[in-house]
Amino acid sequence: MSTGFISRGFRGRRAAAPDASRLPPGQHLDPGFPVLSAGPTPRVPLEKWDLRVDGKVARPQRWTWEQFLALPHETPRVDIHCVTKWSKLDTNWDGVSLDTILEPAEPIGAYLIAHCDGDYTTNLSLEDVTDGKAWIVFGYEGDPLPPEHGGPARLLVPHLYFWKSAKWVRRLEVVDEDEPGFWESAGYHMRGDPWKEERYSGD
Amino acid sequence: MERGAVLGRLTWQLAEVVEVVAETARVRSLALRVPAWPGHRPGQHLDIRLTSDDGYQAQRSYSIASGPEDPRVTITVEKIDDGEVSPYLVDELRVGDRVEIRGPIGGYFTWTATDGGPLLLIGGGSGVVPLMAMLRHRGASAATVPAALLYSSRTYDDVIYRAELERIMTADRSARIVHTLTRSQPAGWTGFRRRIDRDMLAEVAPSAADHPLAFICGPTRLVENAAETLTELGYAAARIKTERFGPTGG
Repeated sequence: MSTGFISRGFRGRRAAAPDASRLPPGQHLDPGFPVLSAGPTPRVPLEKWDLRVDGKVARPQRWTWEQFLALPHETPRVDIHCVTKWSKLDTNWDGVSLDTILEPAEPIGAYLIAHCDGDYTTNLSLEDVTDGKAWIVFGYEGDPLPPEHGGPARLLVPHLYFWKSAKWVRRLEVVDEDEPGFWESAGYHMRGDPWKEERYSGD
Repeated sequence: MERGAVLGRLTWQLAEVVEVVAETARVRSLALRVPAWPGHRPGQHLDIRLTSDDGYQAQRSYSIASGPEDPRVTITVEKIDDGEVSPYLVDELRVGDRVEIRGPIGGYFTWTATDGGPLLLIGGGSGVVPLMAMLRHRGASAATVPAALLYSSRTYDDVIYRAELERIMTADRSARIVHTLTRSQPAGWTGFRRRIDRDMLAEVAPSAADHPLAFICGPTRLVENAAETLTELGYAAARIKTERFGPTGG
């Protein structure tokens, strides 16, 4: 990857250990929590909110907001990495494991497309979202997840770049083949592993 | 959705700084000669990678300020005081220096003349940069689609591209440039003097009945408020495109 080029006069400001070892290549720490979305923040009343799992599954599932909240909770504490280069360590979330959400549906396909309010989509492999690696979260740092950060509920897939943690998620469609979602169709990587620096298509 | 913004692999290449323009006290434009630039659409950005002599690297993304018609690729950088990359780009880099870049990146927050309009551009601070690329492209391609830029700055001296925006306003009857200065205003200022709000948008924004295309770029609060207000004014959500931009991580 390196061309051997050195930027004249550039010293840089490195993250101190041990944080530095938790930063994937090309990332830096951000004390804030930047908001990135492609359009207006959708507003869906909770009484109209539902979550569905369908597509290539044996038993399609649907939960209302109350039913979803009644599922077993987990409180993951994770580092998150945005493809726009900022990372945030030790973020605390409240949510439901995707294992809990997908298991009753008995998926047949190997991939899923997350569909969101605002017409956002992203693609994920089932392997990347099962075995305790992903959640649908409704709480952040002890408070309800704010709308601009994806509330009422968003995906949390912290081991991939954060665009995969789709905001305002409403439906998980299980499919046979990996199909590009919103950003993946606009030149971003199909998987997005920050440790392999899979930012853009071809990385 | 627009597709195919990034074709194939984006490789790092060395670009040479060929011109430096001081836009404001904290903002500089860097015109780059890029040997193998594949072209871009207004609104896209590029990545910059800096490498120190011990191999440490830092990367950031910057919006492209130039239109695709310009043979040089220009970025405009606001210096973030406690930033890592922007102080280097603003204070250190000079004509003749080289810098590693790759791009263009981002295929959604883009406008080309064939996308039509009317066009509503809303910018806050350095969020005006990708919108300027759209205006420059619009001018260079002699597009006649009506365009309005509503641009929020703290003070008169913080207005980026001030002279060029004045020239566009004077030369082009179908372009409207509206400033609001939120913190202080020079003597005799007759323009807006508050944050962008519903009344201001109702006055400046093209009617929803004309199916405008809106691009909003700036700090989170500005973007969130403007996008929500445009929705209330009847704009179709799918025709409001947003990008956060501002002093984060610079």
